[in-house]
Amino acid sequence: MLLAFDWTQLAQQTVIGLSAGGLWALLALALVLIYRSTGVVNFAQGEMAMFSTFIAWSLIHHGLSYWQAFFLTLAISFAGGVALERVVIRPVERAPVLTVVIVTLGLFFLVDGAARWFWSSETRTLPNAFSTRPITVAGVAFSIQDLGNIAVSLGVVALLFALFQFTKLGLALRATASNPDESRLVGIRVSWMLALGWGLAAAMGAVSGMLTAPALASFDQNLMQPVLLYAFAGAVLGGISSPFGAVVGALLLGVFVNLIGTYVDWIGTDLRLPVALAVILGVLLVRPAGLFGRASARRV
Amino acid sequence: MRRALGIGAWLLTVAAGLGVFLVLPHLVSDFHSRDLARAGVFFIAIVGLNLLTGYTGQISLGHGALMAIGGYTTAALVVHEHWRDVWTIPLAGIAAGIVGFIIGIPALRLSGLYLALATFGFAVAIPSLLKKFSGLTGGTQGLRFLESAPLQVTGLTGKVTIFGHTMTQNHFLYYLTWSIGIVGFALAWLIVRGRLGRVFRSVRDSEIAAVSSGVNLAATKTLAFALSGVYAGVAGALLAIQDEIVNPLTYTFLLSILVLVGAVVGGLGSLPGLVLGALFVQYLPKISTHVSGRSGVRDFVYGAAIIVVMILLPTGAGGFLRRVARPLTTWLYTRP
Repeated sequence: MLLAFDWTQLAQQTVIGLSAGGLWALLALALVLIYRSTGVVNFAQGEMAMFSTFIAWSLIHHGLSYWQAFFLTLAISFAGGVALERVVIRPVERAPVLTVVIVTLGLFFLVDGAARWFWSSETRTLPNAFSTRPITVAGVAFSIQDLGNIAVSLGVVALLFALFQFTKLGLALRATASNPDESRLVGIRVSWMLALGWGLAAAMGAVSGMLTAPALASFDQNLMQPVLLYAFAGAVLGGISSPFGAVVGALLLGVFVNLIGTYVDWIGTDLRLPVALAVILGVLLVRPAGLFGRASARRV
Repeated sequence: MRRALGIGAWLLTVAAGLGVFLVLPHLVSDFHSRDLARAGVFFIAIVGLNLLTGYTGQISLGHGALMAIGGYTTAALVVHEHWRDVWTIPLAGIAAGIVGFIIGIPALRLSGLYLALATFGFAVAIPSLLKKFSGLTGGTQGLRFLESAPLQVTGLTGKVTIFGHTMTQNHFLYYLTWSIGIVGFALAWLIVRGRLGRVFRSVRDSEIAAVSSGVNLAATKTLAFALSGVYAGVAGALLAIQDEIVNPLTYTFLLSILVLVGAVVGGLGSLPGLVLGALFVQYLPKISTHVSGRSGVRDFVYGAAIIVVMILLPTGAGGFLRRVARPLTTWLYTRP
């Protein structure tokens, strides 16, 4: 195997891995956004993204172009995320963390059920966002779709970074995440900031879903379940409290999973996730707060 | 006087509980006793998870996989070694307890979500591993007890004779499961009341304070995982005996989720509500199917019910029961 080692293949597989990892990174970032402000992993994040993708499918079905539907779906998802937080999460804001986790599990079944109710369970397709024509860079052929996915993922991450770092709203969001009580004292409407976080997370999930679906031959309501698993694993690998870590973690995971799937025969598709999780467990045992997470110090 | 009344009230509750346990299968149809037996499986697993998550503060998303260890231990002994099914239950518990102990080791380094991911990885890996090692586990097909049926206590006749009583197989499964459940519950209650229970709670409330009071953190956490694993293993063995088949599809991640939902709905850190948690997990899917047979509407109702219950009872049924009983307990246990 070593003799036949092919740098072209390695480069191609790395880009394919980055492309998948980029889409996981968006969902991982959505998880981190909600985790930082409420300390809860939103198990329904993937199903919400799937629901958004079905909305996009309906819009395209009614004659909109892919990108028109894309931006319209973003707006709808944002509003939907805010609404969900107001209706479902706000009543349990002060309940124990595990109670909120169970509520998001309930939300998982609810959103999944709603999607099966509104749209029949037949498989469907979404048009490609980018041309699938390959382009050649330095003798290596890449698909434009993979490069486009990477570009959009990085673009969204950059936009989000700018929002958090350079705007007053972003400052309020960060303040809410780090100290809700004192934020309330300086006049930030903490509860609405949480709702806004849910809206942003829903919109990011929507991007992830709308880019994941075209890459598949067809999709149904199970579209985002594997993506959520990888996003969760990637976010924890990078450190669930660090947005930067989540993105890097998901990208690393994407490349790693794709490369072991390509080069290690006995793993195949079945054992990819367990092997990836085992490696992550190994990393976590050395760095218990993830690669980029900071161990939280607490006064006792 | 009040103390005597308190003990009286307590004994009355226990007697009423045992009475319901004995009479219930005769009040419902034979078919429903089987559902109740299935609820008993959840009950045992939930009691175990509550010892770990509710009392020791260690989250686990992998209890379905521990149940798989128990179920497959039973199945392998029955099918390959031709044991009688009920005698495999203790071994299933021990096997899952050992695996639980091993999963507990990462918990020495990890906490919160990171521990959740570690146990989650275990839950995700088990179905794939079961398919991979098909010689022992039967692969995707799983293992069927049917071929070894004459060796089972239940046999093929559908009737079971035990201690001179003859009863239907479903009644037998009900009494078997819930007897073990009640013994497990009583043991958990003794553990929680005693020294070990205080040690568990001290680890949950503050690890640093626990260590400085002389608690051995490593031993406590792994012991909690092992104990919890024994419960899950016994539950898995009973599930296998009820189904007469083990199959990777039974022990997916969803099973782990259901056990966790049951524990939270029942009330973490309290024991009496757990029966309600088990009934909730067992009957909610049936009730939602009753509302509508369409898969979408069913799941929608299922999710909505979980959310509504959690909004109404944020501390679970246990917290609710405590609140309702508070005037009585305060009155009983205060000196006049």
